[in-house]
Amino acid sequence: MMEVVAAIPPFERFYEERKDEIFGYLVRLLGREKAEDAFQETFVRALRAYGRLRHGRHLRAWAFTIATRVAVDERRRAVPVLEPVEAGVHDERPAYAELEHLAGELPPTERAAVVLRYGYDLSYDDIATALGSSAEAARQAASSGVRRLRRRHTA
Amino acid sequence: MTSVPHDLDRRFRDAAAATGLLDVAYDLADSPIGPLLLATSSRGVCRIAFDPEPERELEALARSFGARILRSPKGVDDVRRELDEYFEGRRRDFDLTVDLRLLPAFQRSVLEELVRVPFGGVDTYGGLARKLGRPRAARAVGGALNRNPIPIVVPCHRIVGSTGGLVGYAGGLERKRALLGLEGAILPA
Repeated sequence: MMEVVAAIPPFERFYEERKDEIFGYLVRLLGREKAEDAFQETFVRALRAYGRLRHGRHLRAWAFTIATRVAVDERRRAVPVLEPVEAGVHDERPAYAELEHLAGELPPTERAAVVLRYGYDLSYDDIATALGSSAEAARQAASSGVRRLRRRHTA
Repeated sequence: MTSVPHDLDRRFRDAAAATGLLDVAYDLADSPIGPLLLATSSRGVCRIAFDPEPERELEALARSFGARILRSPKGVDDVRRELDEYFEGRRRDFDLTVDLRLLPAFQRSVLEELVRVPFGGVDTYGGLARKLGRPRAARAVGGALNRNPIPIVVPCHRIVGSTGGLVGYAGGLERKRALLGLEGAILPA
């Protein structure tokens, strides 16, 4: 059977569909002020790469991937990376809303993993793509981020 | 959900046009003959559409020029300004470059010849065919004009029937009459 390739939509449509969500994500990761520069950088990078896309699948995860890289670069410049905590095997959903305002204290990749998992419901495969890691590493980043938050929250 | 602030959205659209990464920048504009969609490629004006349906136009532009299409007012500033001047009676000739490179050779030659018909003048389908050295191709010339992607700037409204009747216009005869009236080629309606 012929394979149906998902068409690449005009960039305008991709941008309109993704811009609010990506801006919200960047605000969560970086705060309002830095999110504005990161937003521009994210979509300029997307535009640059758009002509090389070969199909229109996974564009949502792709947009999160670019935004995550921009945000992680930004935060690595701004904040010293904290020591990683020991990885666990829990994957219960935290009361994310209660933790979100604290997520700013996490190292950049943990923070991105926590926000993508619990804020945007991305799969660990998609989070792995966004972080440039394995799905297992993405799962660990999210769970160690959550445990770190809980510890601080209850401390 | 958080929305992108309007000024940030605008800044990105401006910046995108300035990067030179866009295949096509477009915007909607008002004019005395109704709303227009204006579009430019890296080479020049590539589309002016009457009664635009942006969704359909975007798909067609993407097929011709590439998927990196974005609504960007700054990207069509020159076109908008020259059209405004034209409609206000302050401009007779356009200084815009037009991008006709993707059109079939015959249609391109028709449109390139057409651009020589001056503001305030008219010619006929047969007259244009003769100038092209194809005196019997009046009907084919009509077809090429009917599919003109850049009306107004490429002035297909200046071509009339052999007896002086307006005959036809892809944007409707009302608009053809209005444009020729504005140019003083016929009495205003």
